[in-house]
Amino acid sequence: MEKQELKKSSLSISENGIEKKTSSKRLEVLKTYKIYIGGQFPRTESGRYYVAKNAEGKQLANVCLSSRKDFRDAVVAARGAFGGWSNRAAFNRGQILYRMAEMLEGRKGQFIEELMHQDSSKAKAEKEVNLAIDRLIYYAGWCDKFQQVFSAVNPVASSHFNFSVPEPTGVVSVIVPQNDSLLGLVSVIAPVIAGGNTCVVLASESKPLCAVTFAEVINSSDMPGAVVNILTGKVAEHAPWFVDHMDVNATIYCEKDSTVQKMMREKSALNVKRVFFYDSINWNTDEGQSPYFIMDTQEIKTTWHPIENIAGSGAGY
Amino acid sequence: MPTTKKPDRRGGKITPKSNTIKLKFDTSWSYAPAPESKSAATIKPQYDLFINGEWVKPASNKYFDTINPANEEKISQVSEANTADVDKAVKAARNAYEKVWKKISPKERAKYVFRIARMIQERARELAIIESLDGGKPIRESRDFDVPTAANHFFYYAGWADKLEYAFPNRNTEPLGVAGQIIPWNFPLLMAAWKIAPALATGNTVVLKPAETTPLTALKLAEIIQESGLPNGVVNIVTGAGATGAAIVNHPDINKIAFTGSTDVGKIIQRAIAGTHKKVTLELGGKAANIIFEDAPLDQAVEGVINGIYFNQGHVCCAGSRLYVQESVAKQVIRKLRDRIESLIVGDPLDKNTDIGAINSRQQLETIHKYLKIGKEEGAEMYQSSCSLPGKGFWCRPTIFTNVAQSARIAQEEIFGPVLAILTFRTDDEVIEKANNSPYGLSAGVWTDKGSKIFNMTKRMRAGVIWANTFNKFDPSSPFGGYKESGFGREGGLHGLSAYVSLTN
Repeated sequence: MEKQELKKSSLSISENGIEKKTSSKRLEVLKTYKIYIGGQFPRTESGRYYVAKNAEGKQLANVCLSSRKDFRDAVVAARGAFGGWSNRAAFNRGQILYRMAEMLEGRKGQFIEELMHQDSSKAKAEKEVNLAIDRLIYYAGWCDKFQQVFSAVNPVASSHFNFSVPEPTGVVSVIVPQNDSLLGLVSVIAPVIAGGNTCVVLASESKPLCAVTFAEVINSSDMPGAVVNILTGKVAEHAPWFVDHMDVNATIYCEKDSTVQKMMREKSALNVKRVFFYDSINWNTDEGQSPYFIMDTQEIKTTWHPIENIAGSGAGY
Repeated sequence: MPTTKKPDRRGGKITPKSNTIKLKFDTSWSYAPAPESKSAATIKPQYDLFINGEWVKPASNKYFDTINPANEEKISQVSEANTADVDKAVKAARNAYEKVWKKISPKERAKYVFRIARMIQERARELAIIESLDGGKPIRESRDFDVPTAANHFFYYAGWADKLEYAFPNRNTEPLGVAGQIIPWNFPLLMAAWKIAPALATGNTVVLKPAETTPLTALKLAEIIQESGLPNGVVNIVTGAGATGAAIVNHPDINKIAFTGSTDVGKIIQRAIAGTHKKVTLELGGKAANIIFEDAPLDQAVEGVINGIYFNQGHVCCAGSRLYVQESVAKQVIRKLRDRIESLIVGDPLDKNTDIGAINSRQQLETIHKYLKIGKEEGAEMYQSSCSLPGKGFWCRPTIFTNVAQSARIAQEEIFGPVLAILTFRTDDEVIEKANNSPYGLSAGVWTDKGSKIFNMTKRMRAGVIWANTFNKFDPSSPFGGYKESGFGREGGLHGLSAYVSLTN
């Protein structure tokens, strides 16, 4: 945040009790950018921080440099929330995503301002926020539809009713795009949670402000705590932890760094984690949204159920 | 062939009053041998590698024996493909992909795959005999399940070839290129079909390696493919052990790896392809929970449990190897299971009466024996059928463990043999917790008369295939594959197509 010069200002109360300004300028209240775990906004347990700066080197904020312990706490929280969230009615999940869009719309100005602090032009920032809102609406609508599109009733030869449906894969760790710090974040986590997964997210390292503020949007949109957990910190430090945690089912990484990608694939083998690299997607276009993103973090479950053959001569009418 | 009677070993702790009529199969009934004739099968004394539509000698000039696990006699010898052979096969597959297969019209592609399906049907009896000879599985299973299902799989996927635009809404599909496929020894021909059929239908070419203990039906399939007139190099079949598999996985010109086998090897493959653009699907191990509630039709459930664990000697990744029985009916179910395993006929795989054939290899038999020992050391009670076993070959009596702890290794680790671990539970929540307490998630089963309970259970169990009041059912149109450490990707059905295509806008 822009630090304001502190003028020699003080408040005094006149005899009749009316506030009297002795300085023309009000001191701005700065926000502490904290992380978001289990529906709470703690500081990192490590007490560490880093300074997020814009392109001109101007300080944006002291940001939590989350630790491995923070990540582990977040995974515990996300796992705890998985049963409840995946069992919500799909319709209800859709309503909550829609509510997120409403909340984001209402705080548009704040996000535009933050994006501009993070080097965006006003026009670009407005476009990014609008796209982010619309993307949430897009996935809100998919919550109770993708299952129909990607399910099947399978015509097996034996006397069974057999059907296959998508189910969420579990806890997903996500390292969001480093640019498009709001739109990228929304585009990647919306399909994950629309499908009933819970997630732990590492915000853009250089542009973390919107991610933390977006946590406030999530927090005020009837989303159960711990469905989305957002950490700030260093990608290089977190990337190995995100992919080798044994209670994480899938990992999404959005950068092209081939060394990190290789490391992630290797470590993912520990518990046969599903790994996805969204490294060449233009989030500003329709390419950045599709129900196939939802399907990446879904498992197909097939159920067999016998069909009785008694009196099964078939309807003749 | 349980002809010799052993002393009754049923003097254990569990002696409930049985309210069912006990069938004394071993004394009152005996079956005359009904062996299938080997004469209906032609097996060459030696097999080369099937590369680019021809049989070629391995670069190493090395061959290894494939034996009949029921009598340890050599059946034939097959080539050991090394890196140079694999390279030759991949080049043939690449060439066939670029020059022929990706250009051919989908309609014609379909007809080739249909033709393969038909030719498997025509040679079904021969394939079934060879499958049982080479792998040890009962002829009844290879005849009635493996071979027809393999043919059906080709038939099912053939029809998809020219209809892919209906499978992926709002997307176009493109084949991936050359698929390297590595398959296990438990369903040799069927696994080859599961791998090859969708790959061909979607326009990919194939280098396939069958397991080293069961290479023969894949090589017979190569003969069929040659006979079918499929363009040269579209399917290449190379034999060998782990090193051959590694050569496929590590070959730089392969676009896709499809593997069915153990979770350990699956993890090695996942690591090996790191840093490449190879796509991968893995069908790995399992430790399926099979749950019997007190309201279940118990006799049917017992049959389902028997089929779930003793089908194919328990060499089934989705075998129902962890049985959870509700406490109120546990004694009764255990009694019935013990009676039922007495009646299973263990012996000559080629005998049409045989229920349980030979263990696939000496190595696998040792693994099973290791787990029997572990189970006893962990304090579980072991019961085995009293059947006699043939003198030669690899055999294991159908086995049941009771008093098994949730944390016991025989309840947590995949044994891949005819060994059932029985645990008990009281409430729905308890059994869900226990059933899902596994790194695996391939399959599960539930037995109850109550429909709403079935769907509660099938929804809450974290597994890819769930059988309600049935077990071990398969169909080409039904997707199969796991959650968690049982792998990812699906085989079979519409969902099985996505393993072999990339989607474009």
